Amino acid sequence: MMTLELYNYWVVIFLMMAGFYMLIASNHLIRKIIGLNIFQTSVFMLYISLGKVAGGTAPIAAEGIDTYSNPLPHVLILTAIVVGISTTSLALALVIRIKESYDTVNEDEILEIDRIADEEGSSA
Amino acid sequence: MMGLMPVDLIILALCIPLFTAVGIYLAGNSPNVREGITLGGSLLLFLTIVALTPHILDGERPSFELIEILPGLKLSFTVEPLGMIFALVAATLWPINSLYSIGYMRSNNERKQTRFYIFFAIALSSVMAIAFAGNLLTLFVFYEVLTLSTYPLVTHAGTEKARNAGRVYLGILISTSIGLLLPAIIWVWYLAGTTDFTAGGILTGHISGPLLTVLAALFIFGIGKAAVMPTHRWLPAAMVAPTPVSALLHAVAVVKAGVFSVVKVVAYIFGLDLLITAPGIEWLLYIACFTVVAASIIALQQDNLKKRLAYSTISQLSYVVMGALILAPLSLIGASLHIAVHAFGKITLFFAAGSIYTASKKTNISQLNGIGRRMPWTMAAFSIGALSMIALPPAAGFLSKWYLLLGASQQQQYIAMAVIVMSTLLNAAYFVPIIYAAFLKPEDPDQLIEHKRDHKEAPLPMVIALTITAAATLLIFIFPGLALELAQAVGVPV
Amino acid sequence: MINEHLPALQVVVPLLAAPICFMIFNNRLSWLFATLVSWLSFAMAILLVMEVRDGTVLHYEFGGWAPPWGIEYKVDILNSYVLLIVTAIAAAVFPYSWKSIQKEIPKSHHRIYLTAMLLCLAGLLGMTITGDAFNLFVLLEISSLSSYTLISLGRDRRALTASFQYLIMGTIGATFILIGIGLLYALTGTLNMADLASRIPALEGSRTLQAAFAFLILGFGLKLAMFPLHLWLPNAYAYAPSAVSAFIGATATKVAIYALLRFLYTIFGSSFSFDYMQVQWLLMPLAIASILFASMVAIFQDGIKRLLAYSSVAQIGYILLGISLVNVTGLTASLLHMFNHALMKGGLFLALGAIAYRVGSTQVKSIAGIGQAMPYTMAAFVVGALSLIGVPLTVGFISKWYLILATLEKGYWPLTVLIIISSLMAVVYTWRIIETAYFQERPAGAAPVTEAPMSLLIPTWIVIFANLYFGINSSLSTDLASRAAIILSGGSLL
Repeated sequence: MMTLELYNYWVVIFLMMAGFYMLIASNHLIRKIIGLNIFQTSVFMLYISLGKVAGGTAPIAAEGIDTYSNPLPHVLILTAIVVGISTTSLALALVIRIKESYDTVNEDEILEIDRIADEEGSSA
Repeated sequence: MMGLMPVDLIILALCIPLFTAVGIYLAGNSPNVREGITLGGSLLLFLTIVALTPHILDGERPSFELIEILPGLKLSFTVEPLGMIFALVAATLWPINSLYSIGYMRSNNERKQTRFYIFFAIALSSVMAIAFAGNLLTLFVFYEVLTLSTYPLVTHAGTEKARNAGRVYLGILISTSIGLLLPAIIWVWYLAGTTDFTAGGILTGHISGPLLTVLAALFIFGIGKAAVMPTHRWLPAAMVAPTPVSALLHAVAVVKAGVFSVVKVVAYIFGLDLLITAPGIEWLLYIACFTVVAASIIALQQDNLKKRLAYSTISQLSYVVMGALILAPLSLIGASLHIAVHAFGKITLFFAAGSIYTASKKTNISQLNGIGRRMPWTMAAFSIGALSMIALPPAAGFLSKWYLLLGASQQQQYIAMAVIVMSTLLNAAYFVPIIYAAFLKPEDPDQLIEHKRDHKEAPLPMVIALTITAAATLLIFIFPGLALELAQAVGVPV
Repeated sequence: MINEHLPALQVVVPLLAAPICFMIFNNRLSWLFATLVSWLSFAMAILLVMEVRDGTVLHYEFGGWAPPWGIEYKVDILNSYVLLIVTAIAAAVFPYSWKSIQKEIPKSHHRIYLTAMLLCLAGLLGMTITGDAFNLFVLLEISSLSSYTLISLGRDRRALTASFQYLIMGTIGATFILIGIGLLYALTGTLNMADLASRIPALEGSRTLQAAFAFLILGFGLKLAMFPLHLWLPNAYAYAPSAVSAFIGATATKVAIYALLRFLYTIFGSSFSFDYMQVQWLLMPLAIASILFASMVAIFQDGIKRLLAYSSVAQIGYILLGISLVNVTGLTASLLHMFNHALMKGGLFLALGAIAYRVGSTQVKSIAGIGQAMPYTMAAFVVGALSLIGVPLTVGFISKWYLILATLEKGYWPLTVLIIISSLMAVVYTWRIIETAYFQERPAGAAPVTEAPMSLLIPTWIVIFANLYFGINSSLSTDLASRAAIILSGGSLL
């Protein structure tokens, strides 16, 4: 029973692990960013579900309603979403610059290019 | 100058070499003015130290505090008899050595002479600070300044060989001092809450048993400048420096700063009465004894004159360490005296080596046959220095060894006594053949080096310098009053 | 009264100045404006320190909303001390920037640089001053996002990948922190630090609390580059523009450490963190590993910036080691080292930036022989290096002294040995640079090098001079650090 009632946490944990796995396992920079987004989104879900009060509605004063959901986590997560968007856009901007100067967005290839450049630099 | 208070004299003694360094820098373009400033500064320092001496003999212990870094941790200076001996020796020999340097550096056309004189003056300033250090921290700070300021002097030649030697020099001195000496100092502060040098020691009641021996070992090996084996390797390495550096710094100032620190720590941090209770402390003494004998044996095998002198120095330094570790008041007097006595003898020997090099470009002992006839003054001085090393009267070396022997017999340290006797024989074995070859063997024409076939004595300033130090070696034996009076007051509460 | 609003102005001024700075279309005016703002911040931090020095705590309620509903800014000794560190470094880096970025950043990006620097400054100051856990996360992200931008401005294209790597790692860290804060909120229903602190002791056994604790330690561990989560740091410091390395290297990790301390001591409370969770046994091995590993790696680096970056990882190890000792002396040592390390690394990176300005490279081999050509820059570097080693009379000595005392107080003497060994390793890796600069000849055909311009030298020397000043007269820094440590550990100043 308990396990099912707390299904929201299971969703959060699944998303978190999926995002984290993608972040670590992928060599493709864009996929890393997608993983990072899923990872962050899982935390947003955690906050949002925290604020839900059983039977509560949106916190707007109206007649006949006396149970409200807690609005604070929702407000907080609005801020966090803004932060997340900024992070994503900055990351994408970086990837564009990386693509321009390395002509690839694969991490292994970038490391290889740097390694070759290093060897040429030290022999010269 | 007589109207100055003792504290003013301390400040003067610390500042004069620094001002001299600044003066040398400013006068860098005109060698005559520059050398004038060096000589003037060194003479002024000598006068300052001489003016300070009567105060110390009267039992005054002038002291002043520069800054407090942390609570209870300050830079402060106090003059006591041992520091007075050390300062007196260094200040007396600096003007003589400057005179010698001028002859040496000019005759050999050495490079970057201004830099040479500047760092020399800075080194002297830190020597004064070490001599007058009022606590372990001050001693440590200026010990490191001395190491760093002598590095450019050691690597003066600028060759790959000199740089490698410089690496050995710094590597050993810095790693022993930071790795062993500094922890020992922190340990002392942690135990006693102070590191002030106090007659009779500051550690009584704070530490006992095997830890005491460990602490003593940290000090003995941490003070790498004392060159107790196995921390001695830097000294032969430092011989790549020009001879005036080897003479004043690596026979007097730097190495004496090492053994001075050992004696100071034994007498003013541990105290004889405490250290004698340390279990196994005699093993440290045996290591010093081993160094005396082993260094002498190595010296026997060296053909390079400066190398042989360097190993002889290592051996002689360990006499002082022995004197401190025999832990008898009489041997402590011997150790303090030996700091002064060995200085005059060894600087004479180095001066002679340098003047042989300048006049004939010869560096090896096997080339010296018959050189005594071409360079009578130099070789006569060399003989007096050698006598002092062997400790035969009428050279001053006899005095200190006498006290060392007395102390050892008082403490029934028969091994130490045997080592002193054996090393006397070894000293004779490596010095007498040089004197014999120089005066009595016929000159070997093949050994005369190109362009130097008709060499005579070295330039006059050098000859004057080595004559003065040789004479001083004899005079100390005849009039030991001042040195003895100071040595007897070492470690004795006022 | 303007004084009442100081805590808010401290953050708001640089935050508002950032967009203004971007809108000023003249690069030079924009820079002048940013510099003035940094000085103003410094002045405000000094005023704040003076107000809270005696132990008073300033509260500032944003928008007049009383805590725990509104966001509260709170200034006590600890965070005013961190504010001082951050603004002092900023006040030196901003004037330095003008010349430094001329060669390292294209003209069109100068205003982006200045804007990002101001945002980063505002974020760091906000993190330090805020009394609200969620607000801390937001400001952390402001500073992080701006530092990713700053690092990507580096000349080498590897700056881009370094920045991307840092962005990924940093965001993971920040997200962990967000999870931790969320869990705390779920448990207690508050985000105000003081409120959290009062509610947590009742929840000691809660699994959720432990999870929150773990997430927060991990998150801050990533941000402060705790071994083995430090991998982003060497690249980030190595490829960032020089002025950025100096600013971020000196301040960013310090603020993350401050936040960790705030959570460990103020929010969770020392009994939960150290008695119940025993976090010291996690921190200590990691600290030891980072000291040894990073110092070792630093020895083998060919790039000086990378070398200094690894040395930073090792220095962070010292700070964590002090925290993991869980005594007042250890905490004092950590706090002192936050201040002192900011000074030494700031000074070193600034000197290095001046070298990069003239030489165009920061590889060890490319600085051969610049000692004579850039005497003032290299002298600054040498002083910074001595401070890094921990030589007396520099700030490095003060923090190491306290750290060693703390290990002795605990009786953990192997840690004392570790500190000494790592100091020796610091000698090795800094000496390589000094020897190359002074005692090797400039390679034939290399472009001639002249002394760095005044606008780089003056800020560098101000920071370097602070290294000496606070090493000799440490009363201000030790006083603040020990008071903050006493208050954090729950003691009273009386």
